Amino acid sequence: MSYIDYYKILGLDKSASAGDIKKAYRKLARKYHPDVNPNDPDAEKRFQQINEANEVLSNPEHRKKYDAYGKDWKHADDIERAKQQQRQQRSSGQRYTYEGFDDAGFDGGGFSDFFESMFGGGRSAQGGFNRNVKFKGQDYNAELVLNLNDVYTTHKRTLTVNGKNIRLTIPAGVENGQVIKIKGHGGEGIQGGPKGDLYLKFTINNTSNFKRDKSNLYNTVKLDLYRAVLGGDIEIPTFNGKVKLSVKPGTQNGTKVKLKGKGFPVYKKEGQFGDLIITYEVQIPKNLSEKETKLFNELAKLR
Amino acid sequence: MKKEEFIALQQFCAAHEVDLTFISKLSELGLVHIEQYEERQFVHRDTVYKIEKMVRMHRDLDINPEGIDVVFNLLERVDLLQQEMNTLKNRLRLYESDF
Repeated sequence: MSYIDYYKILGLDKSASAGDIKKAYRKLARKYHPDVNPNDPDAEKRFQQINEANEVLSNPEHRKKYDAYGKDWKHADDIERAKQQQRQQRSSGQRYTYEGFDDAGFDGGGFSDFFESMFGGGRSAQGGFNRNVKFKGQDYNAELVLNLNDVYTTHKRTLTVNGKNIRLTIPAGVENGQVIKIKGHGGEGIQGGPKGDLYLKFTINNTSNFKRDKSNLYNTVKLDLYRAVLGGDIEIPTFNGKVKLSVKPGTQNGTKVKLKGKGFPVYKKEGQFGDLIITYEVQIPKNLSEKETKLFNELAKLR
Repeated sequence: MKKEEFIALQQFCAAHEVDLTFISKLSELGLVHIEQYEERQFVHRDTVYKIEKMVRMHRDLDINPEGIDVVFNLLERVDLLQQEMNTLKNRLRLYESDF
């Protein structure tokens, strides 16, 4: 447990007036309040520090105690006792030594151990605090790594977050980098405040041959020259199987064909699918035989 | 109106120690939808979380209802921009590697 410089947290010096403290607190609280910084654990931590600093410095009694003992706050009671005993014993010539006391097992509940040790655990009106501030519990952040195959269908999954098992339905079509909020699965609320939320970020690994843009899938299909020139049927892979496709005669290299409804599921729209966009890559024959070269020359003359 | 889906506004205000006029002002700005039933006012339970957030902003940060409206609009825009950035990042991946 280390000393916390509350003045530094609020960006003030020790001579700050009550008005300065209020002003600094308000300014920083507006900047770091968890409700205006959703999904930002750093801001939440900072806000707790700011709030704690304000609770101490805005209360004249606590500020006095904090100012008087500074870094020796831990021994505040002992120092006082020692001073008193020294005064009483000075006439008899006795010397006094004091021992430090152990840290108690405080449960911070949003306030630091430093705060709890110095001012006690109670933050009720009787404890000198004039506001019974309720805070939402800490938001948790978690990442779930899935394969593209995993999010092709809606499925259930059990996650363990902070030692608790959460059973979730992962909707088909979740996107890479998408964050979903699961209400009430974060940390416990402070002083009766609501529970925090769980922010789950999806990382979708794609090892397939398909490229994905939302619910549309893209793929390149190699087409031999003769099929491109003369046309015909080919079989191409889609995400969930193969389909037959008719190639028109005179198909050019780079031609795109859209296969409606053969793409990826649309997020949270059960039964709806995006499109599969095929790009033909016409293969030019290499290493021609003598006969092939002769025939190509004849063809060239015909054009 | 399904009874179990609504919370009496008076009860909400008492529990959160907030003035009814504050919620009325939020309603005037279109931030809260209040249902009227037999001369009593109710809010839908699904909106309670949002109203609690507004109450905290007002209480902790001294933000007035108009300010809360601005903050909520901006947060919505931030959220949309984050979604858009994510979509664009994913789209960019189409061109970053060989097809």
